[in-house]
Amino acid sequence: MFKTIKRIAAIGIVTEAAPPVDPQLCVREILQKRIRALLGRALCIRHVDAGSCNGCELEVHALNNPIYNIEGLGIKFVASPRHADLLLVTGPVASNMRVALQRTYEAMPDPKMVVAIGDCGCTGGIFGESYASCGRVSNVIAVNVAVPGCPPSPTRILQGILTAIA
Amino acid sequence: MPVRLWWDLAAPATQAAGMRRLTVDAATWVRAAEEFAAADAHLLALWVARAPNQEGFLIRAAFVAAGAGLILELPIADCDPPYPGLEPFFPAASRMQRAAYDLWGLRATDPDRRPWLRHAAWPEDQYPLRNPAVMAAGTGISEAYRFVRVAGDGVHEIPVGPVHAGIIEPGHFRFSIVGEKVLRLEEHLGYVHKGIERRFTDFPILEGHRLAARVSGDCAVAYAWAYCQALEGMVGMRVPARADWLRALCLELERIANHLGDLGALGNDAGFAFGLAQFSRLKEHLLRANEAAFGQRYLFDTVVPGGLHADLSQSGAHTLGDFLSRLAPEVESLRDIYDEHGGVRDRFVGAGRVAPELAARLGLIGFAGRASARGLDVRIDFPCAPYTDLALRRVTRTAGDVAARVAVRFDEVQESCRLSLHILKSLPSSVHRVECPPPVQGAFGTGLIEGWRGPIFLALEAGAAGAISRCHPHDPSWQNWPVLEHAIIGNIVPDFPLINKSFNLSYSGHDL
Repeated sequence: MFKTIKRIAAIGIVTEAAPPVDPQLCVREILQKRIRALLGRALCIRHVDAGSCNGCELEVHALNNPIYNIEGLGIKFVASPRHADLLLVTGPVASNMRVALQRTYEAMPDPKMVVAIGDCGCTGGIFGESYASCGRVSNVIAVNVAVPGCPPSPTRILQGILTAIA
Repeated sequence: MPVRLWWDLAAPATQAAGMRRLTVDAATWVRAAEEFAAADAHLLALWVARAPNQEGFLIRAAFVAAGAGLILELPIADCDPPYPGLEPFFPAASRMQRAAYDLWGLRATDPDRRPWLRHAAWPEDQYPLRNPAVMAAGTGISEAYRFVRVAGDGVHEIPVGPVHAGIIEPGHFRFSIVGEKVLRLEEHLGYVHKGIERRFTDFPILEGHRLAARVSGDCAVAYAWAYCQALEGMVGMRVPARADWLRALCLELERIANHLGDLGALGNDAGFAFGLAQFSRLKEHLLRANEAAFGQRYLFDTVVPGGLHADLSQSGAHTLGDFLSRLAPEVESLRDIYDEHGGVRDRFVGAGRVAPELAARLGLIGFAGRASARGLDVRIDFPCAPYTDLALRRVTRTAGDVAARVAVRFDEVQESCRLSLHILKSLPSSVHRVECPPPVQGAFGTGLIEGWRGPIFLALEAGAAGAISRCHPHDPSWQNWPVLEHAIIGNIVPDFPLINKSFNLSYSGHDL
């Protein structure tokens, strides 16, 4: 126990400042005022991997590390779409995941937002459209903010999320 | 007859790599597989390709044992009866054969005939790799998958997924339980099947490494290297020594990053959030050092045909060396904290045990195999340059539980740090890349690289005018997912996330 506490004290707080909002990432007008009035900065995110290679998930994970510390900004990832204000989608939409993605979206209460993460989410990326891939996320559900990159850095992902609630 | 004798019989698959190919008839196919299983060889992959004359097909199975890698090829025609399945000798073959049926329409004799990768995205009588014209036309609503039902007093089912409660890939788990105790787990995967094997044929062969790196994003280096190894073997070229060494450096950095992430998550799953905070912080610093050294946090597109995308600069080498020499003692001190934490030990020890006999019977592979006394490490047993010149220490445990998999990961982080520092000190000074010419049509090559999860195998065939006619990437998760179903038996449901994370298998690499 002593070692644990000593280590926590020695490392201290390593959280860095949050990145600025980037309006260029916005692809579709959202009911921002209404959402902001309801939520303030407190935001619950549900993540769905719709067919990603797992690269974007690793960078989404990083948002929870002490350096990006997304919970310190009042934003947290939740286990159920029923609790979520924002849907974060990674990957092209694999045909086998299309229905699951739609149902997750439908299960979220209104008003809701969607942020598509990574080149695959934005355009279909390297996997494109095929017998097994529906391509970009907006082919399946309406997207408000799209963050390109393969994978985008945690800072870019955070920017995308903050842009959605700016 | 030992694997080595079969190997002596076979022709080299490529001009460079050590893998060999042997064309067999159905009886020899069965006899060889039986002997390989008896000799404790590993089944690496089973896949289908078109026969070179474009008439009929080849069922291919790749095996590896110490010092010998062998591909069996069984030619079959459309009108032939089902080919002999390998499930009796290698249980992991069952799902590979079911996937091969979904994509090619060729049946094995083994009993399980449920679809595996095909849910409802394309019609049942269409086979996307056989007929490239197949487009999505299904309903999208899966017909009910026939899970095995467990009957008895008080038995009920918990369905989980495909969308899970965390930031993870999708798949479905069906638990049959009594109280909290798991009687049976059955997996249903294939949700992230996005047509990677067919997508490869859209790429020029000299650019396919980019797609290979995205088969499973946490193994970007291992897949890209396996792809390049296959390609470079086809044209009979050797990359400069510096490129070999830098590739090994990238591979070890990838191993360290993934182990660090999982060691933190395992602490968290055992209720020790301190572990997650500490390890995720170390991982972030490693990724930043990667970016400083190679311009990429996860080293995507760093390994390219002919060598490395960019050379490692003096300052990049310094940043990495500096970080790694601080990392090793930090991880060791965190290991002490894990080892001395009663709550963590209580959750780790005995959970999700795969006894060595079971691991051998089911063909557990990779670091999880090494935690259950399965020694295979391709870097040692079937090494390519520069591992032939690096004295790598084999890490094994015998307990086969979560604690053993954690111990193997801790040891491997230390060993990879040591290796990386050694590589940084002894980097040969040569160019980092030479041009790779396109292979001739019909050339065949294989790559085999020990990724952090286990051996990544890739088979590549060249088409006309620098195209890809067939590429089959194979993730060790194919072998290990079925073992997870056994590891959970008798444990309680709340321990599943912990046990699952201790393996951390790939969905994307498996679903393709």
